This record gives sequence, structure tokens and C-alpha cells, in this order.
Amino acid sequence: MGVVPEVRPPDSPIVDDVAVIETDRLTKRFPSVTALDDLTIDVGTGVTGLVGSNGAGKSTLIKILLGLQPATSGGARVLGMDVTTHGSQIRGRVGYMPEHDCLPPDVTATEHVVHMARISGLAPTSARERAADTLRHVGLYEERYRPIGGYSTGMKQRVKLAQALAHDPQLVLLDEPTNGLDPAGRDDMLDLISRIGSDFGISVLVTSHLLGELERVSDHVVVLDGGRLLRSQATREFTRKTQVLSVEVTDTDDRRGDEVLAAALAADGLVIRHDGRLLHIDIADDETYDLIRDRVVGLGLGLVRLQQQRHHMAELFRPDGGEPDGGDQG
Amino acid sequence: MEVTRADLSKETLDKPTGNTSRPDSRGRGESGVIHDIGYRHFTGERLGRGYITRSLYVSSLRGVFGLGRSGKSKLLPLLLSAAMLLPALVIVAIISITNLTEQPLAYSQYAVALQGIVAIFVAAQSPQLVSHDLRFRTITLYFARPLERVDYVFAKYAALASALLLLIGVPLLVLYLGGMLAGLPFGRQTAEFGGGLIGAVILSLLLAGLGLVFAALTPRRGFAVAIVIVVLLVSYGAVNIVSAVAYEEGNLELAGWIYLFSPVTLYDGAQTFLLNTPSGLIQQPPGTLGGIVFCLFAVFCVIGAFGILLTRYRRMAAA
Repeated sequence: MGVVPEVRPPDSPIVDDVAVIETDRLTKRFPSVTALDDLTIDVGTGVTGLVGSNGAGKSTLIKILLGLQPATSGGARVLGMDVTTHGSQIRGRVGYMPEHDCLPPDVTATEHVVHMARISGLAPTSARERAADTLRHVGLYEERYRPIGGYSTGMKQRVKLAQALAHDPQLVLLDEPTNGLDPAGRDDMLDLISRIGSDFGISVLVTSHLLGELERVSDHVVVLDGGRLLRSQATREFTRKTQVLSVEVTDTDDRRGDEVLAAALAADGLVIRHDGRLLHIDIADDETYDLIRDRVVGLGLGLVRLQQQRHHMAELFRPDGGEPDGGDQG
Repeated sequence: MEVTRADLSKETLDKPTGNTSRPDSRGRGESGVIHDIGYRHFTGERLGRGYITRSLYVSSLRGVFGLGRSGKSKLLPLLLSAAMLLPALVIVAIISITNLTEQPLAYSQYAVALQGIVAIFVAAQSPQLVSHDLRFRTITLYFARPLERVDYVFAKYAALASALLLLIGVPLLVLYLGGMLAGLPFGRQTAEFGGGLIGAVILSLLLAGLGLVFAALTPRRGFAVAIVIVVLLVSYGAVNIVSAVAYEEGNLELAGWIYLFSPVTLYDGAQTFLLNTPSGLIQQPPGTLGGIVFCLFAVFCVIGAFGILLTRYRRMAAA
């Protein structure tokens, strides 16, 4: 019996004063490309988003943090341990969810997670208990007794997350966990990540090429570009600038719908920008959605689109620091 | 999806009561019903490399025989194991109804006589052990844990070698026990059986190394199966033909040396020199030098295979 049940309140994570991840002038050069360039970051507890376009160096950074690849120069510490000398100890206390498929199709989720827990050093009984616990936490119930080969992408992502949590790590590294998921699955995964950071008390480093989805769940966001640190700041600062709804409405018989709506919403105190027939409206709070809906109905317009914007990295390159505009995709 | 949300809100609501299975340190949690115990941290012991390697070894050994996998993957190893065992049972039956005073087929020659079955087993089951992890990229999950590359290679190598030892050793045990019951001389039988087992260890190590090296080269299972079959069966046939021709031509040196180049004949030559067991080779490796070279080459092959696997996985883990 290895598991001693314990409930830790969300406000007392395991690591309090030690930085979870520190890198010091970390550089990784491959023969043809520099993946990480003089990167110095400091990641604390909670959920940290690591944002960058493909090839920005996110996966390379994770491999170095796990002690699987040597850095060309500079250093890194995870949970206070040096990656070059304490790789094995780090891997014992860190969970990793790869970006790519990594599940054998012919075993059940339970068998797989139990096995992975044992490979992390948990005794057989503990491994079985932890596997049952984590699979339940990621939302897999009866399905876990079926071979993984028959799972949907969303279920596979949950199993990948479960195996990363199986040994109760202090930190999980999640590489593009929302990849390939539909919008509902994406939301579920983001909710889960948020819970891992708050309810489970496990620090999270989660990567994505979409800033929009990470700012929802992250306490802190680190932005990489071409292996260099572009920005590192608390999410609040990003959020203020990027929570935007795109709205498109039909016209009435005699007037342009977007103009009527814009006038009405401006009277309600919302900040609105025109982009052709699209309106971009800053989200003030949760009431904003209802307000827009009510105004559209009240004016007798048809609602064609009401969409939360996801902002691409490109916006961060703009000198004004990412003020959203209509040119970017929604 | 609904289940998750419901579960989530329930947990959030119930969290203040904490886990009721032991007294709550904050003095709030003595309620009788556990609605949802929320996330529990693991505070038990985390075991070290030895345990981890052993866990991988056991699951891999089970995997070779298809245990813990689908019914389909049990079929072939089961059939091959039965095919290995059947001749032993027939021989035991023959011994018990006749008045033989020794085994009609020497322990040391059992695996040589049935080398076709052993070869198919190695070819079919080594990809099961390693190509599988490469193809589905499960290998990434292993190396992201406190499992060193050398431990992984060691566990896989030991698992396949153990499986082969079971495949070859169990029929030998049946022969031995059957012989004892039929009243064959105890001392001599025990010595020969012991020699046969030592030989089986040598053969298992040789074949496991060869099978794993080729299987680890490619994530494609069919390809790996084909290569291993070709290397084992073709080399065995070719070596025997060359040796027979050389023997007929009177070139006894060549007839003996050529056996170096196929795993099963290499094993036969080495065990004959080491244990003085009956040999199936037309011509023995020439003299003491030949014997030593055969033994050293066998050791070299095992170490070499381990080294190649280690190099292969060192690259894998970094990729």
C-alpha cells in the first residue's frame, strides 16, 4: 500500500519558493538551425503557457528540461535540479505529454497507465490505484477497459495526459495538448489543464501556437520566437488586449445591420472596431455576450457569427504589442 | 463530456470536506459519506532503477508470449511453443515403451534439430518487443521517465533471451523428467541435461541479440520479421551447404571454420568445445584454437548486439 490519501488545498502547492523551471542563457544549436538562442526564463508554480509558432523551439526546450538532450551552452534547472546532472531524478518528478501519438493501440488505457506508473517507480498496487484515479480525473470511465486503438482523438489525448499524471509529478510538461481536438474537446482539455494547476497543485508548462487558448488557462505566458524570448509576463496583461468577439449580422430592409448594432453597443459603453462588415468588440465581462445577443434580437437583426477571436503570434510582433485588428483570423 | 463537467462541479463542491478515509488534519472532515475525494497526492515510496527495469522486463517477457495482449497475438507464440514441445513428448513416449539407455536425440542437439521453429519464434516475436515501441512512439514515454537507455535495452534483451530459454529449456526439462521416469541412468542424464541448458543459455543470448538488433532497425514489423528470418534460416542453410561441399572436397579447415557465420552452428561449435556435448556439425572447428575462437566470437556477438542496441537507442532518445 503505497498511496496515503492526502488532500492538499489548492493554495499550497508542493514547491513554494523554488522556481519550477529556470534557464540561464540556454542555447541549443543543431547543424542547420539554432533552436534556442540565449534563452533565460524563470517559471514559477501554477500554469505557464509557452507560446510560439512551429519551430520556435518549444519542443526542444522540453527535451532539454527532461534531460534528454544536452544544451549547446547555458544551463537549466527543473524543480531546483540541474538538467545535465540530475536528469533521472527530474524525470521521476516530472510528467511529460508529447505532441505526437505515443499510445500502443492493442492495450487498454488502464493497462497502459498502470504500466507507465510502474516505469516511474510505483509499486504494483500503487500503480493500479494511481491509474484508476488519474483516468477518472481526466474523464475516462468505462472506456478505459477497451483497447486504445478504438479511441477518438479526444480520448487518446486524455490517456496521454493521464500517463503524464500517473506518478503524481510536481510538474507536467504538456506539448500541444489541444492539437487535433475539435472546439469542444479543446475546451475540455483546457479546463482539465486549469484544474491540474489549481485543484491538483501540480505546476504546468503547456505549449501551443495559439496564444488565445493559453491566455485562458495560464497564470503566466512565455512567448518564444525563433528560439529567442520574445515576452514573458503575467497573463492578465495579454488578456486585457486580446479578449475580443467578432460579430457579423444581417441587414434590415433599409439599414446596414453592422452600423445599427455598432451604434447601439457603443451606447452601452463597449469598445468597437469595424472591419468591413465585421465588428470586433472588446469583451468587458461575461455579460458582454448576453448584451450583444439581446441588442441583435432587439434590433431585429439576424446573427450570422459570434466568435471569440484566437490571436496568432503575428500580432505580438507588431510594435504596439499586440492590439488586435481585423486582419487576423478569427 | 457531460460526465466530466458534472464530476468537476461535484468535486469543487465537495472539496472542503476533504478525504474522509483518515482524520482530517484541519479538523473538519469526519463526515461519513465520500462523495468525491478529489485529487490525492501520492506520498508512497518511489522505487528505483532496479524495480523499474524489472517491471519492464516482466511486462516484456509476458509480451513475447502475447500475455496481456489480444488473443491474436497469443496464437503464434503458443503454436510455436507447442511445436517445440511436441517432439520432446514423442521422444519421452518412445523412451518409455522401448529399452533405450540414453536419449535418442541429445539435449544439446534438440534446438539444432528444431532450429527452424526457434528461428520463426525469434523473427516473429522480437519485433513485438521493440518495433512496437518505435512504431507507436511509446519509446518517448519510457525515456521521459527515470528509466535509463541501458536499462531499457537490458530489460528487452533479458526478456527475449528468457523467452527463448523457456522455449528451448522446457522441452529439455520434459525430456529429462521423462528419461528419469523411464529409468535412464541418473548421473549421466543430469550431466547432459545440465550441459544442454548451458548451451540453451548461449543460444538464447545469441539469437535474442540478433533478433533485437534487426527489429530495432525498423519500426515496420513485417520488414523486421523478414530480415530476421532471412538472416537465421538462409545463413544456416548456406553455412551447411558450404561446409558439406568443403568436406567433400577435403578442405576440413574450411568445413569447420565456416560454421562461425551462422548463429545456430556458432552455438553448436561453442557448446561442443565448452561442454563436450554431442555435435551436429559435420566437421568441428579446428582444434583448441577453433573452439576458443568460436566461444569468443559468440561472446563478441552478444556484447556487440548489446552495444549496437545501446547506440541505436541513444540516438532515439535524443531525437
